Amino acid sequence: MSTAPVLALRGVSKRFGAVQALTDVELEIHPGEVVALVGDNGAGKSTLVKSIAGVSPADEGTIEWDGRAVQINRPHDAQQLGIATVYQDLALCDNLDVVGNLFLGSELLRGPLLDEVEMERRALELLSTLSIRIPSVRIPVASLSGGQRQTVAIARSLLGEPKVVILDEPTAALGVEQTAQVLDLVERLRERGLGVILISHNMAEVKAVSDRVAVLRLGRNNGVFTVADTSQEEIISAITGATDNAVTRRTTRTTEVAK
Amino acid sequence: MTTDTPTSSEETAGNGAGKAEGAVDMVDPRLLVRQQGFKGYVDELVRRVRTGELGSIPVVVGLIVIAIVFQVQDSAFLSANNLSDLFILSTGTGLIAVGIVFILILGEIDLSVGSVSGMSAAVLAVLNINQGMTEWLALLLAILTGMAAGALHGFFFAKIGVPAFVVTLAGLLGWNGLMLQILGSSGTINLDDDGIVAKLTNYYFTDKAAAMGLATVAVLAFLGLSLLDARRRQAAGVPSRPLTEIILRTVVLAVPVYAAAMVFNSYKGLPLGVVIFLAVVVLSDFVLRRTSYGRKVYAVGGSSEAAARAGINVPLIRISVFSIAGTMAAVGGMFYASQINAANQSSGAGSLLMNCIAAAVIGGTSLFGGRGKTWSALLGALVIQSINSGMALLGTGSAVRDMITGAVLLAAVVIDSVSRRTQKTAGRA
Repeated sequence: MSTAPVLALRGVSKRFGAVQALTDVELEIHPGEVVALVGDNGAGKSTLVKSIAGVSPADEGTIEWDGRAVQINRPHDAQQLGIATVYQDLALCDNLDVVGNLFLGSELLRGPLLDEVEMERRALELLSTLSIRIPSVRIPVASLSGGQRQTVAIARSLLGEPKVVILDEPTAALGVEQTAQVLDLVERLRERGLGVILISHNMAEVKAVSDRVAVLRLGRNNGVFTVADTSQEEIISAITGATDNAVTRRTTRTTEVAK
Repeated sequence: MTTDTPTSSEETAGNGAGKAEGAVDMVDPRLLVRQQGFKGYVDELVRRVRTGELGSIPVVVGLIVIAIVFQVQDSAFLSANNLSDLFILSTGTGLIAVGIVFILILGEIDLSVGSVSGMSAAVLAVLNINQGMTEWLALLLAILTGMAAGALHGFFFAKIGVPAFVVTLAGLLGWNGLMLQILGSSGTINLDDDGIVAKLTNYYFTDKAAAMGLATVAVLAFLGLSLLDARRRQAAGVPSRPLTEIILRTVVLAVPVYAAAMVFNSYKGLPLGVVIFLAVVVLSDFVLRRTSYGRKVYAVGGSSEAAARAGINVPLIRISVFSIAGTMAAVGGMFYASQINAANQSSGAGSLLMNCIAAAVIGGTSLFGGRGKTWSALLGALVIQSINSGMALLGTGSAVRDMITGAVLLAAVVIDSVSRRTQKTAGRA
């Protein structure tokens, strides 16, 4: 960890009625780092992401951005800071073309009118720097494959020049080749120096692209592992709760987890 | 698909579907097809039809069929006199249908437009004739009344969450009641024979240069803007339309435009109402396709969830669209009042509402939201009025006319549904 974290969560807690969804969760994201967020269903992954994205703010705890405590109460706050979230269900408009979707909500104008030419030029530029292959930027996204749609959604999140990108199960519904496309893109985000939070259920995928793995279990931290020197079994046992002392010790040794 | 160059139309059409998967170049595949000039354009058309992107083809074919059928029955149908009248009578329906197109793009429905149009006509008549207000001011207030009614529907739909169907159904009943209330006991208020409203449907630019001039301006403007756009695109290095295609499109536009101009000139001249209607269609089409507001309307119609996440104020867009529908209903109401030069208890009643919704759908605007153009209001209104006019010439009663209009509406909705299904299987919806 040579650099300071761009985003850090300290003791984040969230309650829904009688359910304690998150308890004192800690998480750090560094620039140019892919952190996989894993956990069983109901472990609190989505709740944590929503609190970072401002969709449903946390009840307790602080969020630090570049070392400074910030309030994220609305999605707009998160976007202002430089946190882009790509949701599982994509949030693309099927009837609009790729250019229309990329610039939705932040259209480029030429006087009072849409600057279609400039938007198309920048879209082509953005897609080519990310090596995203799409037959045309002028066809409705409905006609794209699942993987292409996912890459469009990710590319769109990059237009606001974010520092942290949250990907909520980006490969959940994709085939082998399409998954590979998306994982390539995740690596390109890291090369660009972005912090990436990757939510995934697929261990092979997590091992392939992420630098660290943060495990959530029943709304609590259950270890943060460095991927390079952790086996898949260790991560899985942390997810399922079969954590033995060895792993817990390793965890406390490698990171600064506070319960 | 490797290096084979598409030679037959068959091959090109087949390749269209495969391209989404296989193509690796960042070039518009449609342009690859189109760059072969006229034949490429036809191939492209065939491919679009096969994948269910019918656009305005069914309605144009329908118009031609209707024209042939009625012309065979009665040679007066295609006379300049009849066509000119037909055009003028379609403006009321068409203007209201423009508002309906906005609503349908949003994926909603507005059942109140008939009542709102009648109420606005009543407001105009009462203010102008009974209260003695200046006609301009009364006209403005009547249109603002329609806008306010639409905004009210939009508020209940977007902010309170009442389904648009129910809100506007309440409007259908409520505004009709309000109209009867303000018309009072007299029931009918005649308008000034020489007033502005009367001129909406009975004023003609008799100078032959007017129609020809407008046609020329329209065609040249289209050509000029297309060329400018192509030049900008070339300068920016993004795909542009080839010159042959621009010329082809200009010719396709010029033929009906000049034909219409000649028809008007061989009767009384260019009707003021038609000019206003065309101006509204062109302007609203421009707003929908070229402004950020229009893009937002399509986005909300495509997926309100995605639109909201992109930071679009979805309730505001919805309220504004219902206001537009109310405004257009009021404007259309002025044209209907102009036709009979009065506001009466049956203003905005009867088949008016259904005709306006049918016009939008027949013209090719999807009932499923997210797709449609305001040009469909023009084409659809012409279909409806052609049937009305043809039936009137043949002397058939309203019973047969309504059955046929109903059948045409059903056919339009069937085409919409089937083309949407085809688009889904072809991966385009």
